[in-house]
Amino acid sequence: MVNTKVNLCGITLDNPVIPASGTFGFGYEFAELYDINILGTFSFKGTTLEGRFGNPTPRIAECASGMLNAVGLQNPGVEAVIKNELPKLRRVFHKPVMANVSGFSVEEYTETVRRLDGEEDIGWFEVNISCPNVHGGGMSFGTSPEAAELVTRSVRAVTKKPLIIKLSPNVTDIVSIAKACEAGGADGVSLINTLLGMRIDLKKRRPLLANRTGGFSGPAIKPVAVRMIYQVFDAVKIPIVGMGGVATAEDVIELMLAGATAVEVGAENLVNPYASRDIINALPEAMEKYGIKNLEEIIGGAH
Amino acid sequence: MKDTLFEVITNKKIAKNTYECTLRGDISDITAPGQFVNIKLDGFYLRRPISVCDAADDMLTIIYKVVGEGTEAMANFVGGERLLTLTGLGNGYDLSPSGDRPLLVGGGAGVPPMYMLCKRLVALGKRPTVILGFGSADEVFYEREFAALGARVIVTTVDGSVGVRGFVTDALGGLDYTYFYTCGPEPMLKALYNATVTEGQFSFEERMGCGFGACMGCSCKTKYGNKRICRDGPVLTKEEIIW
Repeated sequence: MVNTKVNLCGITLDNPVIPASGTFGFGYEFAELYDINILGTFSFKGTTLEGRFGNPTPRIAECASGMLNAVGLQNPGVEAVIKNELPKLRRVFHKPVMANVSGFSVEEYTETVRRLDGEEDIGWFEVNISCPNVHGGGMSFGTSPEAAELVTRSVRAVTKKPLIIKLSPNVTDIVSIAKACEAGGADGVSLINTLLGMRIDLKKRRPLLANRTGGFSGPAIKPVAVRMIYQVFDAVKIPIVGMGGVATAEDVIELMLAGATAVEVGAENLVNPYASRDIINALPEAMEKYGIKNLEEIIGGAH
Repeated sequence: MKDTLFEVITNKKIAKNTYECTLRGDISDITAPGQFVNIKLDGFYLRRPISVCDAADDMLTIIYKVVGEGTEAMANFVGGERLLTLTGLGNGYDLSPSGDRPLLVGGGAGVPPMYMLCKRLVALGKRPTVILGFGSADEVFYEREFAALGARVIVTTVDGSVGVRGFVTDALGGLDYTYFYTCGPEPMLKALYNATVTEGQFSFEERMGCGFGACMGCSCKTKYGNKRICRDGPVLTKEEIIW
């Protein structure tokens, strides 16, 4: 028997597989397909202080081995999440959930986390300072170490729950951002969010996405994720939640060897709604194949 | 919603750039006309959402127009090929408000879902009139199939090469109907919204990520809040649409 348990910021996960925010809603669409309690946990749909419709459509474009999205943080707002979504989620998921939070100012991030902090189901906060699809917020906090540290420090002050900051790959030096989050009191960092991309409709000679640019995800970005996780692992002491193009149990092992403690699965949930379940089911055999008895022992094993 | 393998039985061209494909598999989750399936294609990352033309016994019929690389690849499907297909997606049409003489209006690639709808309405003893709108005579398909169901069929073509010259709205004059159902390009839907005299249901198209409500890629605003075309739609009622 192999051991797939990992400890993420003081909470034990049955396995390191975590569906990523924005690809899993609040869980209940997937709960119709399989028992989502097999998951390590999942990161729920990015929540902001006020409800948002998001960007105009088309919001989705296909790429070789991946996709662009420019959803723009559509969500019902923190109060509706507490009132409507979390009670529904509670009925189908009985483990601590990861609360993904986004914002347009330091105050908004802080207030959203403060309001969610009393919800017992929330195990971790994942604060997204890296959304490439909104203007005047999101990624702008994740592209400078000073702003990243400021958000982290401010959110830190209103919650004792594990605080994970989700980082953007669209930066010159992700290591300096990760270090700034650690200095600001983060318990972990998650990376990578989507890569800023664009596609053009040849017939219309216009961008395919109404927002013009979008976030690139899917198997194509995995090497970028592996490289950034590897770099950040060397520079910080806090755990890393790795993500980027994960589609198989082998991908999970690869990101963990690079330095991830847990691994998020994103775009793959959209093309295969059973992806996270399939990866969890395949993990023991993949571990045996690579001589791994205890998954936790391989974290950063490639260094 | 169910993700299962379907086997291609036939795949043939039935009009200009238009293919009819029959597939064998588990259709038990297809519960209403107007629903769609999402098909995994070799070499493409995202699945292709295609409306259900008919589903009976263990056979699924889809009709698609070649408009891009994905549908181009689909045109090359051969018998025996197995396709991972997510079925039972979307809400589909609600038959209950149809009245005795429902009007069904399909435009181009919006014609296929009208077929299963027409079949179900006829089975309920309704007397549907069907308007099928195309650009030109070489694009026309399923005129006989609808007639064989017992529906009154009116074909329109923009260039007048067959049937009524003009758009589907040009065939509305003098028609007596109790309710309407439609699917087609958005300008056509909008024109019908203004030209129809009863309540009705519209099926919308949008670029999708997942097809089952997880990614928020295909959202739209309605009088009753934001809806996902793939999950809360693709069928919306006339009354809830904001135009």
